[in-house]
Amino acid sequence: MKLVTAIVKPFVLEDVKGALEQIGVLGMTVSEVQGYGRQKGHTEVYRGAEYSVDFVPKVRVEVVADDTLADKVVDAVVEAARTGKIGDGKVWVTPVETVVRVRTGERGNDAI
Amino acid sequence: MLDTGDTAWMLASSALVLLMTPGLALFYGGMVRSKSVLNMMMMSISALGLVGVLWVLYGYSVAFGNDVGGGLLGNPGEFAGLEGLFGGTYLATDGGPPVDIPLVGTIPATVFAAFQAMFAIITVALISGAVADRMRFGPWLLFAGLWATVVYFPVAHWVFSFDGVTAETGGWIANQLKAIDFAGGTAVHINAGAAALALALVLGKRRGWPREPMRPHNLTLVMLGAGLLWFGWFGFNAGSAVASNGVAGITFVNTLVATSAGMLAWLLVERVRDGKPTSLGAASGVVAGLVAITPACSAVSPLGAIAVGAIAGVLCALAVGLKFRFGYDDSLDVVGVHLVGGLVGTLLIGFFATSSAPAAVDGLLYGGGFDQLWRQAVGAGAVLLFSFVVSLVLAFIVKAVVGVRVTDEQEATGIDEVEHAESGYDFSSLRGGGGLGTSSPRPPAARVEQQVPATAGKES
Repeated sequence: MKLVTAIVKPFVLEDVKGALEQIGVLGMTVSEVQGYGRQKGHTEVYRGAEYSVDFVPKVRVEVVADDTLADKVVDAVVEAARTGKIGDGKVWVTPVETVVRVRTGERGNDAI
Repeated sequence: MLDTGDTAWMLASSALVLLMTPGLALFYGGMVRSKSVLNMMMMSISALGLVGVLWVLYGYSVAFGNDVGGGLLGNPGEFAGLEGLFGGTYLATDGGPPVDIPLVGTIPATVFAAFQAMFAIITVALISGAVADRMRFGPWLLFAGLWATVVYFPVAHWVFSFDGVTAETGGWIANQLKAIDFAGGTAVHINAGAAALALALVLGKRRGWPREPMRPHNLTLVMLGAGLLWFGWFGFNAGSAVASNGVAGITFVNTLVATSAGMLAWLLVERVRDGKPTSLGAASGVVAGLVAITPACSAVSPLGAIAVGAIAGVLCALAVGLKFRFGYDDSLDVVGVHLVGGLVGTLLIGFFATSSAPAAVDGLLYGGGFDQLWRQAVGAGAVLLFSFVVSLVLAFIVKAVVGVRVTDEQEATGIDEVEHAESGYDFSSLRGGGGLGTSSPRPPAARVEQQVPATAGKES
C-alpha cells in the first residue's frame, strides 16, 4: 500500500477530488496548510509598511491506495492540479506498513 | 427656555457618540493580531465603565464647574454626583405647572452632562491604540482613571467651558485665547494623541517590533469600526452645536464631506506610494478626515472642509511612517492619525476659516491675517505639551508602583489568554467538539474537590 500526499493550490481541490473519484478512489483526507516552494510568498502593505508573507495557503490531499492504483492516483492528481504556473505544488508517494479500519478491525487492502 | 427639538437631537447625539467607543473597539481590535483582539477591545470598552462613573462623580464638575483659577480647572465639588442638575421637583405631573429644570442653553443640564460624558470616554479609549499587545489590564485602568482626572477633565474645561453656559466662568482657551475648537481637535484628539505617544514611550516596543510582521488580523472588523465611528461622529460634531439648528446642519455636512475627501486622499497616497489602494487605508483616511474636521466643522465652508479633509488624509498617511523612523511603537498609529490629524484640523482653521460659517472668523486665506492662526497654534501647542508631559509623569508613576507590561513569555503567548483567560475566536472543531481538553463547569473552589475532570460531554 502507498500513501499519496499532494500539496496543491486551494482552488483546484474540487478538480482533484473529481479526478480521484473517476478512477475509483473511495476516500481522502484534506487539510488546509501553509508553505512555500520556488513560488516563495508575496508582499502585503499595511499603512505603508511592507510585510513579506512567506507562507502561502495550500491544500494537502492524502490518499491511501493499494500498490496497483497508486500510480494512477498520482497521474490523476497531477493532471487535475496543473495550471502551468509557478506554485502548482508537489505530489509524493510513501510506502504504508498497514491500515486498520477502526469500525471493523479489518487490516491491509481490505481496510482501504 | 427648554426646547424639545434641541433636547431630542442632543439625546440622540449622545447615544450616537456613545456608539463611537464600541466602534473604536472594532476599529482597533481588527488591527491587532488575533491573540490580542479581546484585550484591545476591552481597553475601549472598559473606558465606558470607568470614565462613565468618574464623570458623574466629579469629572463633569472639573470640566464644567465654575472656574477656580486662571481658567485651568472647574470646581470639583460643584456638581459632584450631578447634584443640583436634575432639579428638586423634576417629576412633572399630568396637567401640573411647568417644572423648573436646570438648563444648559435650551436643553436640560443632565442631557448636556450625558453628551459630554461620551467625549471623555472616547478620548480615554483612543489612547489605547498605542499600547496594543503588551500592557497589563489593571495598570491600563489605573492610568486611564488618573489620566481622565488629571488631564482630560481639566483640558475639557479649558476648551469646552464657555463663560456663562454651565457656570459663570469657564476655561482659558475658550474664553481668553478664543481658539476655535468646535468639537475637540485639541481636547480630544491632540490630547489623546500626545498621551498615546507618552505611554508608548514609557511602555516600550512590542517584542520583535518592527522586525516581525504584525499584520491586522481582521480588516472587516476595521471597516465596520470605521463605519460606526463615522456614523457616531455626526453626533460628535453636529451634536456639538448643542441645538437642532443651522449650525448642526453645516457641521453635519462638513463632517460628511471632509471625511469623504480624507478617504480619497489617503487612498491616493497609497496608490502613488505603495501601488495599491488598501481597505485599511480607506478606513484610516475616514478617521483622519473625521479627526481633522472635528475642530473646524463650524469654521469652514463645505469647500473648505474638503480641503481640510484632503490635507489631513495626505499628511496622516505620511505621518504613520514616522514611528519606524523614530523607533517608537505606537502600535495602531494614534499619533499618526489623532495627534497629527488633530493638529492639522486645528491649525487649518487659521487658514480656511470663513466668516460666512457659524464661527464667523476669517482665516489667512480669507483675508483675516494671522490673528486666528496664532490663537490656534497656541491652543494646540498648550494641550499637546500639557498632555504629553503629564501623561509621561503618570505613566512613570504607574510603572513604578504596579508595573505596566506583561512578561516576554506572556506577550508571546498572547495577552488575551494571559490577562483575560479568553480567546477571541475558536474555529477548531477539536476543542469546541469536545474531542480534546477537559472542562469543569463549576466554580474554581468546587473544582479542587473534584479530582477527576469531566470530559466535556464524552463520558458515555
